[in-house]
Amino acid sequence: MKKTPLHDAHEKLSAKMVEFGGWHMPVQYGPILEEVVTVRTKAGLFDLSHMGRVRVTGADRERFLDKICTNFVAKIPLGSIRYSLFCRADGNPIDDLLVYRSEDEVFLVVNASNTDVDLAWMREHSKGFDVKIEDQTDALAMIALQGQASQATLQELTRDLDLASIGYYKFKYGTVSGIADMRVSRTGYTGEDGFELYVPKSEAVRVWNECLAHGAKHGLKPIGLGARDTLRLEAGMPLYGHEIDATHNPIEAGLEFGVSFKPEKGDWIGRAPLERLAQKKTRHLVGIKTAGPRVPRQGYELYAGPEKIGYVVSGSVSPTVNSNIGTAYVPLAHGKPGDKVEIDIKDKRQPAEYCALPFFSRTRK
Amino acid sequence: MADTRSKTSRPDDRRYCETHEWIKPDGDTMLIGITDFAVVELSNGNEGDLVYCDLPEVGRILKAGETFGEIESVKAVADLNCPVAGEVIEINSSIEEHLEVLSKDPWKEGWLIRIRPDAKSLDKLMDAKAYEKFLAEKAH
Repeated sequence: MKKTPLHDAHEKLSAKMVEFGGWHMPVQYGPILEEVVTVRTKAGLFDLSHMGRVRVTGADRERFLDKICTNFVAKIPLGSIRYSLFCRADGNPIDDLLVYRSEDEVFLVVNASNTDVDLAWMREHSKGFDVKIEDQTDALAMIALQGQASQATLQELTRDLDLASIGYYKFKYGTVSGIADMRVSRTGYTGEDGFELYVPKSEAVRVWNECLAHGAKHGLKPIGLGARDTLRLEAGMPLYGHEIDATHNPIEAGLEFGVSFKPEKGDWIGRAPLERLAQKKTRHLVGIKTAGPRVPRQGYELYAGPEKIGYVVSGSVSPTVNSNIGTAYVPLAHGKPGDKVEIDIKDKRQPAEYCALPFFSRTRK
Repeated sequence: MADTRSKTSRPDDRRYCETHEWIKPDGDTMLIGITDFAVVELSNGNEGDLVYCDLPEVGRILKAGETFGEIESVKAVADLNCPVAGEVIEINSSIEEHLEVLSKDPWKEGWLIRIRPDAKSLDKLMDAKAYEKFLAEKAH
């Protein structure tokens, strides 16, 4: 199992460590639900160093990425970030990612469990393009501050950069904890305001500890991957292997905002099947919530009376909604918010109702 | 991974399964519960992380090893397995509303079901010493 530069710091904090995407990661430092509430009311600090980070340079970088990405990379304003996916020829995703566009490079953040597949896919399709693909996963740590107290905490550590000047899904460079030219983006996977930092590996522990020390008075605490999963589900954000995977495409998952069919983008891998699907989709991703005691879990089936109509792909206890929640795929005719449905849990039926996604949203900066 | 060695030794008035249930003779009947190890694995020591416990109907006939219920935490669901064959004659229904009892006292107050076993012998199951050895080996 791979270890992030912050591995020992997590063990010192008595985190419960688990395997995740090939990495030994903290799933929780304390009770998961309390960690969710901490991020929703104060702020949380996350080690995301397991995520894959890839730098793409070379004269053809944008033309190359526009062939393998669903979103229109060349049209991303400089200093902005867009959600995108890599899809196979059949339109089903290999992974989803964030794309950071700069004047001289494009920087990608991909899922830990798919990093190797993504790199192989990129290299395979880079033939004939003038591009250089650099895996920076091991060179950089990635630390996120999420929650309302994120800006106040991080600004105390930051010089020559006014964090308030960074818009949502934008990035700038500044001096953080004395480290010059650090990439700071206003992004996250929690539905809260917050920042993601890309830190040289050798400085990771110091930056982590300074964030904890300065954040303590604001109520900031370290948060594990368990709470992160609940936070992203509440915020209606997809997770590869759940809402999207080799059999669940971005159109039915409601991710059209990350898919560009603009003619100027030209052809890209997966475009034709997804463009057809956008005209005639038959199922869609919906939210469900249940007042019952059981938590929706991936694979549970949904019934309307005797008829099996769909299945759950993610679920969690949600302290924010104060209910057990999940996402599910059902035919287009089903899923109207407020309508009733039943979850089959080992041959027992638990009543639930559909609700609009996201379960939670906060007004953006 | 939970540190099994920091715990005081498990009660030796009962037997244990590899799936972390215990079974304790009580007159003609037997009580079944789950071990402290199982509770910590599910809840990481946070009693609030346990969300649900599903117990069987009284009168249900169980085979040895059969799943009789489920226990659920925020992030996981675990099967509850019956160590020996028998009939369910009582369930501890207060547990369903008071899952914290499992964290506080899994050995006595936290019993889950009472069965009338088909046979009296528990010799095939681990005693406390063997269970602790099993946990220690599992931790490596």
